[in-house]
Amino acid sequence: MRGGKDEVTNVLVVGVGGQGVILASDILSEVAMRSGLDVKKSEVHGMAQRGGIVTSHVRFGKKVSSPLIPKGRAHVLLSFELAEAVRWIGFLAPGGKAIVNVQKLVPPIVSTGIASYPEDAEQILRNMVEGPILLDALEIAEELGNPRLVNTILLGVASKLLDLPERVWRKVVEERVPKAFKELNLRAFDKGRSLL
Amino acid sequence: MKEILSGNEAVARGAYESGVKVASAYPGTPSTEILQNFAKYEGVYAEWAPNEKVAFEVGIGASMAGVRALVAMKHVGLNVAADPFMTFAYTGVNAGFLLACADDPGMHSSQNEQDNRFFARFAMVPLFEPSDSQEAKDMVRIALEVSEEYDTPSMLRLTTRISHAKGIVRLGKPVDLASRPFARDRKKFVMIPAYARIRHPLVLERLKKLKDLSERTPLNRIEWGNSSVGIITSGVSYQYAKEVIPEASFLKLGMSFPIPERKIRRFASRLKRLIVIEELEPFLEDQIKAMGIPVAGKEYFPRVDEFTPDIVEEGLIRAKVLRKPRVSRPHLPVPETASLPRPPVMCAGCPHRSIFYALNQLKGLVLSDIGCYTLGVLPPLEAIDSCICMGASISMAHGVAKAIEKANLDEKRPVFAAIGDSTFLHSGVTSLMDVGYNKGNVKVVILDNRTTGMTGGQDHPGTGRTLQGEETVQVDIQKLSESLGINRVRVVDPYDLEGTVEVLKEEVAFQGPSVIVTNRPCMMLVKFDPTLVHKVDQELCEGCGMCLRLGCPAIVPGEKIPAKKEGGKVRHKVVIDANLCRGCTVCQQLCKQGAISKAHS
Repeated sequence: MRGGKDEVTNVLVVGVGGQGVILASDILSEVAMRSGLDVKKSEVHGMAQRGGIVTSHVRFGKKVSSPLIPKGRAHVLLSFELAEAVRWIGFLAPGGKAIVNVQKLVPPIVSTGIASYPEDAEQILRNMVEGPILLDALEIAEELGNPRLVNTILLGVASKLLDLPERVWRKVVEERVPKAFKELNLRAFDKGRSLL
Repeated sequence: MKEILSGNEAVARGAYESGVKVASAYPGTPSTEILQNFAKYEGVYAEWAPNEKVAFEVGIGASMAGVRALVAMKHVGLNVAADPFMTFAYTGVNAGFLLACADDPGMHSSQNEQDNRFFARFAMVPLFEPSDSQEAKDMVRIALEVSEEYDTPSMLRLTTRISHAKGIVRLGKPVDLASRPFARDRKKFVMIPAYARIRHPLVLERLKKLKDLSERTPLNRIEWGNSSVGIITSGVSYQYAKEVIPEASFLKLGMSFPIPERKIRRFASRLKRLIVIEELEPFLEDQIKAMGIPVAGKEYFPRVDEFTPDIVEEGLIRAKVLRKPRVSRPHLPVPETASLPRPPVMCAGCPHRSIFYALNQLKGLVLSDIGCYTLGVLPPLEAIDSCICMGASISMAHGVAKAIEKANLDEKRPVFAAIGDSTFLHSGVTSLMDVGYNKGNVKVVILDNRTTGMTGGQDHPGTGRTLQGEETVQVDIQKLSESLGINRVRVVDPYDLEGTVEVLKEEVAFQGPSVIVTNRPCMMLVKFDPTLVHKVDQELCEGCGMCLRLGCPAIVPGEKIPAKKEGGKVRHKVVIDANLCRGCTVCQQLCKQGAISKAHS
């Protein structure tokens, strides 16, 4: 999945504070740079991180101007959380791919009855985009032995859709995760790749 | 050598490569990472100052002594540092001085979205605006050279989408600088009126020379396109405009004050239409209009919030420069029912939560301040009444209490100030001095969590550690309060709800100033301990919702309890998320059914 010759490829990574969205988008950016491409990415830190919405825009190609993806231009939407996928689905380009971890993170505002979690989120995604890739990455991570592997699994899935060399992916994943968890993360990455 | 760096990391790198040896800052989003990254380089000195004014003055000292200096702050931090800034603009420098100041258009993490470009014009100092990380690094060096050559502080203006966006940066080697020994020059550095009168005309003369520089510098470049429309822009707006209308002609201003008037005239003369694309205020637009050049800007582009490529495109469509969106893209409409608000929340186990719960019990007026605890305004706590600027809680509370007292207002509510440790040391100390000195009937709650929480946990003079990781002295907030004339200083454990409420009640009963200090650290500083995790006994939970009034993210609704009678309220039992609970036990103290207990006993 890419924007065509000379065009910029846009990946929007979304989730909730603390899920590892930023690390995932750091890895993706590094892979793009080491593949010889220009890359920019943008996210917001600070107050928004306290359990709030996290988005990271990653853009790579021959030359990238804006650090933000224009609406309706994301080739891949990589969502770490179900309702967040619905929130950002409008950024997806026609024909773009949504990769969605169906894990639900329910904010306290729902517990207090002020808001409600969109129970039909999966259906909305199916209605709005063709063939969304829905997976329970948390369950897969737990099967592999560590719930913190969610972001590596999701990167594995995304790597199958992005035109970047697999060996660069593996190298950057190896370098960016804690040493003790290197093998486990590479297995999680492969597991993600095998899902498509 | 290339690396992917954020704008802030690039500024730090640029300072290191340019021979900056002394840097000072107070943390503030989106500027914090500048000093955090600079501090890691070999052979440099970097510090957290208690506030931006102090940071600025430390930088002035280093510059006077002949060493290049960097000071960093967020936009509102410059309000605090404006006093030294405005007069340092008169004295000028010895070694290069750079102010890196980060605006926050869209207020991702700020109380206002002031446009600090005006500060450069106000002080008559050169202003540099990078549009990506590479430029951020390069401009640090240029700005320091300009600072020395023109005898002026330089200002680098960043915004959130520059500071926190990342891009590829080519790394260089640090320069070797010739020393610039400090030569005593009282007419330059001692700003008594007689000498300041000598400096002011020199500032105006310098401004003329900077105007010439602005004409010559390649930072202000024309990129001729193949359309009759010319875009004048700076900062990240340049990147959005390039994305949306690459065929236009561009005048890209990297040095955006003083503006290059001749270059602007030359640019304008070759084009049919001129559009200024700039975030926030019409800073460039007004100056260009004052030159008598017809130019459009804010009638098409918003003056509020940050820009995006989409906002820039919409503006150009409104201006009839573009006919329709460049790429036809049927935006997928998202059903309204699907929008889930996710406001930021205090962390599970946060020691601020119970304090606000307790303050609600006392039905007080709560003047609050800048920090994580400002989140106490949101439901379900809704416990604070104000937030203006750093340190304002205490002085505002003093004003409220005096107004009630002197005007005999029918106001029985006790007056509280709620302020964090870092904010107190930043600018609450003088306010507390005012309360003590002028006998204010104010109850000052200092939420001492041993860190600067909202910006990600930075050290400060109360933590006993410096930015570069050295152990150091620790300000004792209790003793300090006593020295400021507060005779009643109490310490409470915020995890003991009843005890906290008791102490607050006792202090309210006392007429006069009190300080109440909380003693639990920020959860970011505490290692997760699974043995402290609590659970809810599902047999005992009646779904009364008392624990939910704390707004703790670890407490989530579970099984439905059917309504007792038809049409009655459906309730939910609650469960505690074992991955989030930190074992503060405050919910346990609220649970009348005794359903909450340690998961592993």
